[in-house]
Amino acid sequence: MSPRIGVVTFPGTLDDGDAARAVRFAGGEPVALWHGDADLKSVDAVILPGGFSYGDYLRCGAISRFAPVMTPVITAAGAGMPVLGICNGFQILCESHLLPGALTRNQSMHFICRDQRLRIENTSTAWTNGFAHGQEIVIPLKNGEGNFNADTATLDELEAEGRVIARYVDVNPNGSQRDIAGITNARGNVVGLMPHPEHAIEDLTGPSLDGLVFFSSVLNALVGA
Amino acid sequence: MADTVDNAIAGPEATQPFAELGLKPDEYQRIRDILGRRPTSSELAMYSVMWSEHCSYKSSKVHLRQFGEKAPKTDALLVGIGENAGVVDIGDGWAVTFKVESHNHPSYVEPYQGAATGVGGIVRDIMSMGARPIAVMDPLRFGPLDAADTKRVLPGIVAGIGGYGNCLGLPNIGGEVVFDSSYAGNPLVNALCVGAMRHEDIHLASAKGVGNLVILYGARTGGDGIGGVSVLASETFSDGGPTKRPSVQVGDPFMEKLLIEATLDVLGAGLVEGIQDLGGAGISCATSELASNGDGGMHVWLDRVLLRDRSLSPEEILMSESQERMCAVVTPAKLEEFLAKCAKWDVEAVVIGEVNDSGRLTVDWHGERIVDVPPRSVAHDGPVYQRPLHRPSWQDALQADTPDDLLRPVDGEQLRATALNLIGAPNLASKAWITDQYDRYVQGNTILAQPEDAGMVRVDEQTGLGVAVSCDCNGRFAKLDPYTGAQLALAESYRNVSASGAIPLAVTNCLNFGSPEDPEVMWQFAEAVRGLADGCLELGIPVTGGNVSFYNQTGTTAILPTPVVGVLAVIDDVDRRTPISWGPDGELIYLLGDTRDEFAGSEWAHHVHGHLGGMPPRVDLARERLLSEIMIAGSRDGMLTAAHDISDGGLMITLSEMAMHSGIGARCWLPDDIDPFVQLFAESAGRAVVVVPRSEELRFTEMCAARGLPAHRIGVVDSELGADAGYPGQQVLQISDLLTVTIDELRAAHTATLPAILNA
Repeated sequence: MSPRIGVVTFPGTLDDGDAARAVRFAGGEPVALWHGDADLKSVDAVILPGGFSYGDYLRCGAISRFAPVMTPVITAAGAGMPVLGICNGFQILCESHLLPGALTRNQSMHFICRDQRLRIENTSTAWTNGFAHGQEIVIPLKNGEGNFNADTATLDELEAEGRVIARYVDVNPNGSQRDIAGITNARGNVVGLMPHPEHAIEDLTGPSLDGLVFFSSVLNALVGA
Repeated sequence: MADTVDNAIAGPEATQPFAELGLKPDEYQRIRDILGRRPTSSELAMYSVMWSEHCSYKSSKVHLRQFGEKAPKTDALLVGIGENAGVVDIGDGWAVTFKVESHNHPSYVEPYQGAATGVGGIVRDIMSMGARPIAVMDPLRFGPLDAADTKRVLPGIVAGIGGYGNCLGLPNIGGEVVFDSSYAGNPLVNALCVGAMRHEDIHLASAKGVGNLVILYGARTGGDGIGGVSVLASETFSDGGPTKRPSVQVGDPFMEKLLIEATLDVLGAGLVEGIQDLGGAGISCATSELASNGDGGMHVWLDRVLLRDRSLSPEEILMSESQERMCAVVTPAKLEEFLAKCAKWDVEAVVIGEVNDSGRLTVDWHGERIVDVPPRSVAHDGPVYQRPLHRPSWQDALQADTPDDLLRPVDGEQLRATALNLIGAPNLASKAWITDQYDRYVQGNTILAQPEDAGMVRVDEQTGLGVAVSCDCNGRFAKLDPYTGAQLALAESYRNVSASGAIPLAVTNCLNFGSPEDPEVMWQFAEAVRGLADGCLELGIPVTGGNVSFYNQTGTTAILPTPVVGVLAVIDDVDRRTPISWGPDGELIYLLGDTRDEFAGSEWAHHVHGHLGGMPPRVDLARERLLSEIMIAGSRDGMLTAAHDISDGGLMITLSEMAMHSGIGARCWLPDDIDPFVQLFAESAGRAVVVVPRSEELRFTEMCAARGLPAHRIGVVDSELGADAGYPGQQVLQISDLLTVTIDELRAAHTATLPAILNA
């Protein structure tokens, strides 16, 4: 039986359908999770997809962090369940303190949508084990508040522990410190990523197929576990 | 205290501020005749907004009829013109609806909110047909790029479109951005939305079934967007009442996203008998149109409307254009389920009325009758004007002022300079500064987005069924000759979707003009409509809906007549879409169609010489149709790897865009029998560049020869050309021995223009 990957829908989530499609393409079984239910429906991993949950009101991710579904997500993440936050999901993970730092307004002050080159720098997480170390990939990036910020001590700690999983190459699109595009927690099961791998899974609709590897990685991690 | 029907009967001679509400004395008298008494202030408010130009199309109606009268026979149309948006059959049980609307004036006053709510409005129009919105695109027009006011309005308008559309999860797949001094002080913000649904899910705006309930759901009603009605409010209320409020509405895209999901949920569960969006004229429009299209009667308890501001008067509630609201007609048995679905999405919903067979629309306010009217008289039987028309006094002189005497580049060096100048001209330069602020990826079905010829989205993931849309207009052509200009807009849009490999099915339009009270503007409008209707008939694709925006002028100077034409096309499998990028090496570049010495209204005349005069390029719709059929057949039979229409800037711009987009150079040559400048920069219609693999060349050229379409082999894709051409290691575009440019040079000129001004 293929692993069950939960995809959470908050009010204002937009990329839940895309994330579910990516799970399916990778060979997993997507399971819809609802923000209002504190129930993970026995899934093996969870994706917090992109969008504008609660309209980004107050602060991106700040309201979603209190949604009933986040209680079991936080508990399961603590117990080692793979959790991927993409874009708004990354913001929610930071607001939930599952990951350090914060995503602030792009330096340009504009929303930006572009095909972004990244370098994968950690291939031991649940979500990146299918990549080669140093591999460069191109996936879409689309955000208004993707500027990763943390204090110097935190940044140094992330670097020292190899927890920067992906960095922007060629262009730093949003002003993120140290070109950081994605990070992981110490255990490597929780990953936050600003660009959108779920939009790079088909020749017809994406700039590459590179995104699919994030989803096949978690299936590898689960099947191997 | 509200002005009741009893008051109106008791005090027939009360003076009413109809003029301040925009009604003419004879229109006011007509309302009195319809009612047999003076209207109450609420009734007056309803008639004034519903009989406004915006809602009633009173100046344009007599002309727009041609779209129906001249409609070509087609089986594709499931719902025709007159509904919120037309619905087109695209096969496999799928239907698509699309429409474009203007939000020009609000966007000038408050660029961000004006543009944002323009997107919101058209999205609700599409939802009210029962469709899930699947893509948006935005034709935009501004004053000169370097004008101070452009810098005021453009960033706000773009941010508003992005801020609202991105938050809804709708991919933005294209549009237009045009700069011309006539739009300074009157930018055009048109918004197009496409939606898809199964045939059985088509819904109409009608209130049928006596006893059925009318539900208002979505955002609460506030005092925004009331406009002229505050005149009434200030009459009705003294101190302590609401003050005059900004007339531009404020959007809440998060609420709209919830409204979309809730609406699709209730439609999908079969809970809805009739549905209507709330846009211009708010509750007045929704209730009168629903009643008028249904069993003819409706009663509304206006005090049940959920308010953001409890001090609003009934007149204001009737007129409020608060965003993110919808109206649904539901049977009593399904009410509970409807309300539960709304609650799931945190959307407020309340029953405000009931369908009856009284033939009247009645509205009560705390137990008192404040409106009692025949709904049709409000919604459909507004005034109709046959406005005077007059061919402009300057039209002959304009057409006589041909571009023939303008100084032309004469040698390779000058042609090269012209190419680099034009590729960076504001109208031809990269619009990435704008379009990079829009999400084109969301929903994961975007097959083509700008700068491709057409936007294309997949409708059915299993079969690959998809639709392509393009919208186009060269307002300079329309000024030179509105009839031809409208047909050229149609031809370009039709050509663009065809180049992508999709089959054109239907047309929408957004007709942006100056004041209809100016007979010369009215003539432009009438000519453009006639041209478009004739053109659609000849191309065999019906107009399914659209929008008219008048009064686009600053002082007495009207904008360029700008009939934006959108064409919707279907492709049975998006896997065979034709992009604009060519490659690999050795593929052959063909020019299809005839090039003539046609520069009137061209980008070259405009940008290089600031000239506008002469007659626009000739239109040959039979040729357009043939070209379209050839490009579609080429796509279907795997004979084409790329195609790109030739329009603004001519062949040189088309080739440059293909080279830049693919990143691969090409060696091209020009036919001997035509002046190189004309060949490279003329804007003759009915042309495209296509790229053919060598293995398909014979089959393709035989098809063109058999069908009588001129096809000239003008080049070959060549990534190794740089070294021979004196640019080792670089990709170059070489035109005979006349000129060679590197793709890097083209890109540098192409991408520098907008950031240089807008980031400054």
